Amino acid sequence: MSLTVDGITKRFGNFEALKGVSFTAPQGAFVALLGPSGSGKTTLLRILGGLEFPDAGSVHFADLNWLAVPARERRTGFVFQHYALFQHMTVEKNIAFGLAVKPRRERPSRAQIAKRVQELLALVQLDGLGKRYPSQLSGGQRQRVALARALAIEPRMLLLDEPFGALDAKVRKELRGWLRALHEKLGLTTIFVTHDQEEAFELADLVAVVNGGKIEQYGTPADVRQAPRSTFVRDFIEARAN
Amino acid sequence: MSPRFRSPTADHWSMRAGLTVLSLAFIGLFLVLPLIVVFGEAFADGLRPVWAAIREPDALDAIRLTLVAAAIAVPLNAVFGVAAAWTVAKFDFPGKGLLVTFIDLPFSVSPVVSGLIYVLVFGLQGWFGPWLSAHNVHIIFALPGIVLATIFVTFPFVARELIPLMTDQGRDEEEAAVSLGASGFSIFRRVTLPNIKWGLLYGVLLCNARAMGEFGAVSVVSGHIRGLTDTMPLHIEVLYNDYQYQAAFAVATLLALLALLTLALKTLLEWRYADEIAAMHHH
Repeated sequence: MSLTVDGITKRFGNFEALKGVSFTAPQGAFVALLGPSGSGKTTLLRILGGLEFPDAGSVHFADLNWLAVPARERRTGFVFQHYALFQHMTVEKNIAFGLAVKPRRERPSRAQIAKRVQELLALVQLDGLGKRYPSQLSGGQRQRVALARALAIEPRMLLLDEPFGALDAKVRKELRGWLRALHEKLGLTTIFVTHDQEEAFELADLVAVVNGGKIEQYGTPADVRQAPRSTFVRDFIEARAN
Repeated sequence: MSPRFRSPTADHWSMRAGLTVLSLAFIGLFLVLPLIVVFGEAFADGLRPVWAAIREPDALDAIRLTLVAAAIAVPLNAVFGVAAAWTVAKFDFPGKGLLVTFIDLPFSVSPVVSGLIYVLVFGLQGWFGPWLSAHNVHIIFALPGIVLATIFVTFPFVARELIPLMTDQGRDEEEAAVSLGASGFSIFRRVTLPNIKWGLLYGVLLCNARAMGEFGAVSVVSGHIRGLTDTMPLHIEVLYNDYQYQAAFAVATLLALLALLTLALKTLLEWRYADEIAAMHHH
């Protein structure tokens, strides 16, 4: 169930968002796409989630031609930067959504869905908040609802777009440790996008430094840190460290 | 009041009072007063003549025709409006600007011209007139023409209400729903529709008010056949031209009441669901 991305290009009008991106990640890896805004990292994530289609290149995941699988059948747990929670639904309804929209044959019973929702609420440490609406939650809580909702469909891959982008520094640190622990527990192949190198280096097994639609360097946090392969990578790391 | 505690954006009290008086005077003179006159004239000799004018067979036919035309035109425009707003707000495609311009067309074209368009297309001298006539289909000077003219004139209300709302909401929730495995129809029913329901309701109410009150376009295609193709606004004009002022004002009262009912319903819903509406705007 490893992920192989090969030669992905994507253009929006005159803007070349991705200029031939390739990388591979083993099953269960925690991969960070690290780069400044506008570098193409979110576009890459959206392509993996089926929300965007590349102009060229291929993606293989779990021996499947991933690009041929429609978004709704990919079962990628996508957590959006601004969470994209359903505002008119309670937390419980949000989490249950992916189960409730399944075709009748595959849909769990109402009791099973309710049980699963309670388990997920416990997993993301939001017990007792199931009846609230997203607008009644803090940023960190919304973030965890979004994650629980994504996990409810038993995703084959987890995709996180700036998962801590909208949170303050303290909550960000707490959630980081918690997310890493969750990853160890679930063992899902996880790709996350961030512009924060500290976050990338602390969380990920593998870091891809993205700039101008290309991967400048791909390797373990230690490798990237100790042997930056281009001036961009060195400057980017140093600029953030200061 | 001490100037030190004044909010930085608040103007001097005299300015505020002046503007308030000006707006109230304007609304009173141009909006409320005419309405009072309509009611006053209608009820000048009490309730009985009003009742008689409304119970008159031609008046009843006009009321029925107006309600039927609105009952067909409004649901169709609700569906078209949602479809158009959905297309414009959630997809990028060449010619989008042109489509938005076309949606606004009925607002900028005079209703009389919109009526004439249908006469030119479907009338006896028009493009399809002879063929339709040979097949015994009557559009102009009949209910279909009235419905078509009403649809044309009231098309923008729902779409115009929804486009900014749906553009503002973006595609995030729909994308989340897709990645969670929802089908297109399921996304529309469970995510899109609940998010736009208030905007849709306002659009439908406004569309309905205008559909019942439309005069110009309907006047051209109706042919003014009493008891057959006269809607309420047309019937009022006929009565007025016949010097039946009181009857004209009586029917006008009913039409105004229908419009006021629409406004009251809108206000009631806003008041009843204030919390929910506020929550929807806190994205």
